[in-house]
Amino acid sequence: MAMLEEPSCPGFVFDNVLRNQHLLAKCGGGSQADAAASSTSALPRAKKTGTTIVGCVFNGGVVLGADTRATEGNIVADKDCSKIHYISDRIYCCGAGTAADTEMVTRQISAQICLHRLSTGRLPRVITAKQLLKDYLFRYQGYIGAALVIGGVDYQGPHLYSVAPHGSVDCAPYITMGSGSLAAMAVFESRFKPDLDQGQAVQLVRDAILAGIFNDLGSGSNVDVCIIRQDGVEYLRPYLRANEKGQRAAVYRGGKPAVLRTDRRPVLADIISTRIIRDSGAAQAAGETPMET
Amino acid sequence: MLADWTQQEVLTGTTIMAVEYNGGVVIGADSRTSSGTYVTNRTQDKLTPLTEYIYCCRSGSAADTQAIADHVRYYLDFSRISQGREPTVRYAAHVMQSILYNNRDNLSAAVIVAGWDEVNGGQVYCIPLGGLLVRQPMAAGGSGSTYIWGHLDAQFKPGMTDTECQEFVAKSVSLAIKRDGSSGGVCRLAVINRSGVQRRIIMHEDLPKSYDG
Repeated sequence: MAMLEEPSCPGFVFDNVLRNQHLLAKCGGGSQADAAASSTSALPRAKKTGTTIVGCVFNGGVVLGADTRATEGNIVADKDCSKIHYISDRIYCCGAGTAADTEMVTRQISAQICLHRLSTGRLPRVITAKQLLKDYLFRYQGYIGAALVIGGVDYQGPHLYSVAPHGSVDCAPYITMGSGSLAAMAVFESRFKPDLDQGQAVQLVRDAILAGIFNDLGSGSNVDVCIIRQDGVEYLRPYLRANEKGQRAAVYRGGKPAVLRTDRRPVLADIISTRIIRDSGAAQAAGETPMET
Repeated sequence: MLADWTQQEVLTGTTIMAVEYNGGVVIGADSRTSSGTYVTNRTQDKLTPLTEYIYCCRSGSAADTQAIADHVRYYLDFSRISQGREPTVRYAAHVMQSILYNNRDNLSAAVIVAGWDEVNGGQVYCIPLGGLLVRQPMAAGGSGSTYIWGHLDAQFKPGMTDTECQEFVAKSVSLAIKRDGSSGGVCRLAVINRSGVQRRIIMHEDLPKSYDG
């Protein structure tokens, strides 16, 4: 008869604690800032989109902008990734932080918004999407690393919000997030004026993203722009290729350089000294010193 | 590669205060929110409505205090519908306190609940970090409050008039803005009394003058 063998040592098993300590010690090569932050941060990190994302309100809608670089540590993992995500027909959302989290959290909320639209029979409001995102991120206490800029137009007009990973929300006429947000914010702070028209807003967003692309290592490649108005959405991807590959200025012929002239001269020399060197190992074994003349 | 502050929690390094006067309350706050050394929002509104007559001043984690305020607002809306009258400030403060106390290990939030009701007029309730609840004629909180306690104790008078009280709050908040690195921006004020809420913003250049050396 088959019988299960009783474990020899009943109670809790703490083997994994030792394993985890061993793994932590092994991965202890993180940067100093990491080590200072917490002991667990030395564990392998997920792919983060060191990013520049921005949003700006104008008199008829909202413009969202993003760069297209995704990074894994110091490596550019994707040179043309899409960071402006669809929420509904008039609501879009830029994502910075952990790439997988921004992708999944926006998809999740997009689905919820779609169901909400079908059950209520009304066009979704931006504040609804904002509240769903905020509640979702707050529930996970910052462990979902998504920093979002959410913009759109509803029956009340244009709206723009930012949601931080812990679930705090800000509302402002212009918003920047991601590692390039300082560079982008500098552009907005110096040039933003209330009541911009669409052209001015797009120009400002473009320049803000470019500031991130050129001044922040985590951001790069192209500029994506999404213009949301009551009467439609223009999703421009790419809006601008900021880092086009250059043209070769000249073509050089390959091969060895041509020999134009040859001139042979004998080198005349007298023998001044001669030196005979024997195999040193054999010489030493025989107790002799190498002979020199 | 990423800057540290992108990973840090958004905190309202703050100055908030609320003072009772003879017809209601005056509440005030600065407008700075920061994450590490970066100011993530320079025009934040830390005076958050809970009902038409009750506000809370938020300090601590932005995410925590916003979520709690949303929760309490829902509770009080529900209370108004089921009871058929405006909830009292005392009730609002107790709802806030029970959430803060029951979740004290997971929250970093310190709030001041202030408002007006038919029963007790203007009231200020202070709920610091652990979830204690105390009614005070004057309360201040946030990192900036430590710089102005002396001024508050010296200048506070019970039973001030509306304008006296507004001047007192504006002066105190602007003193804190100038001495506390984590407070800054504009000074937001709100006067709450029988006729509802009246809000004011004092722009940075219009803040009351003090020693600038």
